[in-house]
Amino acid sequence: MGGRDAEYTKIIMNEFLHMGGYAVFVWSSFGISALVLLLNVLFPIMRRKQLIRDVEGHIRRKQ
Amino acid sequence: MATASKLSISDRFWRWFHGFGSPARFDRFAQKALPWFSWSAGILLLAGLIGGLFLAPADYQQGESFRIIYVHVPAAWMSLFTYVVMAMAGAVTLIWRMKLADAVARASAPLGASFTALALITGSLWGKPMWGTYWVWDGRLTSYLILLFLYLGYMALVSAIVDRRTASRAGAVLALVGVVNLPIIHFSVEWWNTLHQGATVSKMDTPSMDTSMLIPLLIMFFGFQLYYFAVMLMRVRNELLDTERRTKWVAEMLSTRK
Repeated sequence: MGGRDAEYTKIIMNEFLHMGGYAVFVWSSFGISALVLLLNVLFPIMRRKQLIRDVEGHIRRKQ
Repeated sequence: MATASKLSISDRFWRWFHGFGSPARFDRFAQKALPWFSWSAGILLLAGLIGGLFLAPADYQQGESFRIIYVHVPAAWMSLFTYVVMAMAGAVTLIWRMKLADAVARASAPLGASFTALALITGSLWGKPMWGTYWVWDGRLTSYLILLFLYLGYMALVSAIVDRRTASRAGAVLALVGVVNLPIIHFSVEWWNTLHQGATVSKMDTPSMDTSMLIPLLIMFFGFQLYYFAVMLMRVRNELLDTERRTKWVAEMLSTRK
C-alpha cells in the first residue's frame, strides 16, 4: 500500500507547512532569522579573505 | 613585594589580564577556540530548530504561531547581552586604552544590531496574528527601537571619525550613555500599559511554560549565545589583523597559515 503511505506523508507535510494557518508569519520569521544569521557569518569570512590578500601583498612588496 | 615565585592573587590576575589583552596571544586563543564555538553553535541551533518546529506541541491559546518564540526570545535576549558586552568593552577601552577591548566592542555592534532587528521583525510578525497589529508605540517596542538606533549610531560614529583612537573613545562614550536604555527595556512591560506580555522565563520563578516547549527554547538560547561568541571572535580576529597588519606576529601568523 505504497500509494496510501505517500498520500499520508503528503497530508502530514501539508499540515506542517500550513502551520495552523499561521504559515506566512512563522515561516517568514524563521526564514529571515536564518538569512540574517548566515549573512553575519558570511561577511566576516569575506572580509578576512580580502584582508589577508591586502596584508600579504603589502608584506611581499616590502621584501 | 611579591617575587616571581610568590605572586599574590591580584598580581596573578593582572598578569593574566595583560597577557590576555595582548593581540598576538588573543589571536592564537581565538584561532583555537573558533572551531569549538562554531560547531557547538551550529549543532545547538539545528537541534533547537528541529525541537521548536517539530517536537514542541502547539500552544493551546496561540496555536502554531507561538513557534516564533524560538527565534524571537533568543534574539531579544542576545540583543541585550551583546549591548552589555559592548558597553563593558567600551569602559575598558576608555580606562585602560586596551586595543582588544575596542576590537570586541567594534565586533559586537553589527551582531547586536542584527539581533535587535531580528527581535523587532519577528516580534512584529508575531504581533500581527496575536495582537492584530504589526506595531504599537508602547514602552517595550519603542525602547527596543531605540536600542537598534544605539547600535546603528555606534557603528556610524565609529566609522565616521577618521582618527581610530578618537573614534573608539567616542563610540565607547555613546555605548556607555546608552546603558540607561537597558533598565527601561526591562521594566517597560511593568511601568507602562502594553500589549507585550511579561517574561515567560525568568531567573526568579519557575518558568510558566511546559517542559516540552521549554527545552527547545533553552537549546536555542545556548545556540544563539555560542553563535555570538563564534562570530564575535571572527570579527575580532579581523579587527586585529587590520590594525596590527605591520606587526611581526601578524606576519608570523600569516606565514604559518595552512
